[in-house]
Amino acid sequence: MALLQIAEPGMSAAPHQHRLAVGIDLGTTNSLVATVASGLTRVLPDDDGRMLLPSVVRYTDAGIVVGHAAQSAQTEDPCNTIVSVKRFMGRSLADVDASATPYALVDTPGMVSLDTRAGVRSPVEVSAEILRTLRDRAEASLGGDLVGAVITVPAYFDDAQRQATKDAARLAGLNVLRLLNEPTAAAIAYGLDRAAHGTFAIYDLGGGTFDISVLKLSQGMFEVLSTAGDAALGGDDFDHRIADWLRQQLALAAPSAGETRMMLARARSAKEALSSAPVTKIALTLDDGRSVSFDLSREQFELLTGDLVSRSMAPVRRALRDAGVAADEVDGVVMVGGSTRMPQVRAAVRKLFGQEPLTDLDPDQVVAIGAAIQADVLAGNKPAGEESWLLLDVCPLSLGLETMGGLVEKVIPRNSTIPAARAQEFTTYKDGQTAMAIHVVQGERELVSDCRSLARFELRGIPPMVAGAARIRITFQIDADGLLSVSAREQTSGVESHIEVKPSYGLSDAQIADMLIDAYGKADSDMAARMLREAQVEARRLVDATEAALAEDGHALLTNDEFVAIQAAMYALAEALEAGDDSTKLKLLSEALNAATTEFAGLRMNAGIRRALSGTRVSELQS
Amino acid sequence: MTITLSEAAARHVQKSLVKRGQGVGLRLAVKTSGCSGLAYAIEFADALQPEDIQFASHGVTLLVDPKSLPFLDGTELDFVREGLNEGFKFNNPNVKSACGCGESFGV
Repeated sequence: MALLQIAEPGMSAAPHQHRLAVGIDLGTTNSLVATVASGLTRVLPDDDGRMLLPSVVRYTDAGIVVGHAAQSAQTEDPCNTIVSVKRFMGRSLADVDASATPYALVDTPGMVSLDTRAGVRSPVEVSAEILRTLRDRAEASLGGDLVGAVITVPAYFDDAQRQATKDAARLAGLNVLRLLNEPTAAAIAYGLDRAAHGTFAIYDLGGGTFDISVLKLSQGMFEVLSTAGDAALGGDDFDHRIADWLRQQLALAAPSAGETRMMLARARSAKEALSSAPVTKIALTLDDGRSVSFDLSREQFELLTGDLVSRSMAPVRRALRDAGVAADEVDGVVMVGGSTRMPQVRAAVRKLFGQEPLTDLDPDQVVAIGAAIQADVLAGNKPAGEESWLLLDVCPLSLGLETMGGLVEKVIPRNSTIPAARAQEFTTYKDGQTAMAIHVVQGERELVSDCRSLARFELRGIPPMVAGAARIRITFQIDADGLLSVSAREQTSGVESHIEVKPSYGLSDAQIADMLIDAYGKADSDMAARMLREAQVEARRLVDATEAALAEDGHALLTNDEFVAIQAAMYALAEALEAGDDSTKLKLLSEALNAATTEFAGLRMNAGIRRALSGTRVSELQS
Repeated sequence: MTITLSEAAARHVQKSLVKRGQGVGLRLAVKTSGCSGLAYAIEFADALQPEDIQFASHGVTLLVDPKSLPFLDGTELDFVREGLNEGFKFNNPNVKSACGCGESFGV
C-alpha cells in the first residue's frame, strides 16, 4: 500500500489522475499546441482541423482576431494586423529596425510597443492573445483546466526575451512549467535524450526565420554549444521566387495587390506540391480576365531557389565552427520547420553532414511535440524515478556575491544544471553591524571589478552583535528558465530580504566565451589578487578588533608593558595595511599581532565568564 | 463503529495541525476512483459538516462522512517510515484487494 500524506481540504489527488499539460511552440510565423494523452503525443487542431495557428493578431473595432482570419486581413489592414510579434519580444525601440515594419512603434520603457486601433499594445500583450487562443483550443479539446504549459523559445533568446515570453503566458492565464529551448524540444521529440551522450544539429527552417543549433547531450543534459541563423530567411522567400518567376513569364510589370496575393498563394501551393511531385501545374486568372497555366518542374524550382538553400549553409558551418565540432562528428541532424520538406533542402543538409537527416516526425510539429513530452513529465504524469532525464540546461557562468575586499564568493558554479538552488552562510564583519549590502555578480574572475554586476540589495534589521556572530543565509535560486532570485535571511531574528534578477539584456554566447577565456588566462594573477585582498581584509579585521578590545579591557587586564607590546604590533600591522600591497608582509604581521594578543584574549574570556557567573549558584547552573 | 489512530499517527497529525495553524481535525474519506475501485483521502478539516461522524483518538478529532464510514469501520490509521518515505498507512480490515501500485483498493 502506498503511503499517504495529509492534503488541504478538497485537494486530495485522485489516484492515476492525469494532469492536463500542454507544450506550446510559440513561433514567429505559426504557433502550435500539443499534449500527451494516453501515452501518445498529439498536436491539437482547431475546430476546422487545422494544426497551425498563424501567429497573427488583428485588432478590429469589433474585438481581437487571432490566426487565419487575422492573416487574411493582413494586406487590407496592415497597421492593426500584427505579424511576427516574436521579433519584438523583449526588444527596445533601438534594437528593432522600425523602417522594416508597417506598425506605429512606440518607445516605451523596457520594451518597444505598437500603437494599434485598440490602443498601445506591448509585444507581451500581443503574444498573450496568441497563447490565449491556444489555451482555449487546448481546454476545449481536452475538457479541463490546464495544470501548466511548456513554452518553447529560441536558444539565443536572452533573459529579457525569456522574461517577456513568461509574462505573456501569465497574461494568457497559463502557468508556465518551463521555458524550453526550441532545438532541445526538437531533440526530445526524437527521443535523442534517451541516448547516453552525443552531439546533435537542429536545422530549423521556418516560414520567415532560419536557425541552426548544435547541442551536446551528456548525462541526460542538453547543452547548447552554439547557435547561428538568418532572421530573414524562410519558406516565404521560396514562395517569392516562384511568384517572381510567374511575373516574368506573364511579363506583368506592375501586378495589382490582388494579383500579387494570388500569385503568392499559387506559388506556395506549387512549392508544397513539388515536395512530392516532380512537376506541378500553376493556373492563374488575371485581373484582365486572362486565364493562364504553367508547368513548374522540381529542377526549375531548385534552380530558382538554389542560392536560398546555399545561404542557409553558411550559418550551419559557422555554428559547427563555434561549437568546435566537425560535420562528420554530429550524431544526428533533426529537421524542423515546414520548409525542410523541400527535397533540395534535405539534399543540401544530407550532403553537408554526410548522413540522412531525421525527418520522420512532421517538421512543423516536432518542437510542439517535444514541449508536450516535457510538459507531461513536469506536470507529474510520470512516476518518480523516470524524471532524472529532466536536467536539460546549464548555467553558462558562475553566480556569486561580493564579499569584503571586492572578492567574489561563487555560490552557483558554472555549468551547474538548472534549476538549481544553493545556500551559503555569511556573517557580519563589524561589531554591531545591522545591515549588509548584497551585490550579485556573474563571472569566473576572483575580483568583483572583473565580473558582471547583476543586482544589488540590502538586508537591514540585523540585530546588533559582535562581528562574526550573525548568521546570514544567502540562497541563490535559478529556475528552469534561467532566471535568478537571491534571498538573504538572518537566522536568529528571521529578517529577510530578496531580489529577482532580471538583467535588461543577456550575454551573448560570444561574450560568455570571452569572459571564460579571460578567466582562464588570468587565473594566476587573479589568485594573487585574491590572496592580497584576503590578507588585507583579515588584517583590517584584526586591527579593528584589537583596538576595540584594548579600549574596553586593556587597562583593566594588562600591565603597561603588555599593553604597549600589543599596541606596537597593532600599529605595525596598520601601517603595513596603509602601505598596501605586500600580502606576505601582511600575513606575517597579522600572525605577530595574533600571537601578541593570545594571552590578552584568554584574560578577556576569563573576565567575561567571571562577570557572567558572579552571584550565580552552582545549582542554578546545573539546571 | 470505530476508527482509531496509532500513537505515531496522532503525534504527526497534532504536529501538522500546529504547524498549519488552523483546523479542527483530520478528515478521512473514501472516494470511488483509481484502478481497483476505491481510494483513501486524508485532509485537514477546517469546519465540521452537519452529517459528519466524529471519532476521537489520542486527542485528535477524526471526521468521516457517513458514506465513507462503512468502508473505514475498524480501521487503524498508522504513520510509518518505509525506507526514505514517511506517510500514513490504513490498516483497514475491510480491504479485500488492492491494486498493484497501492493507490486504490476494493472491499
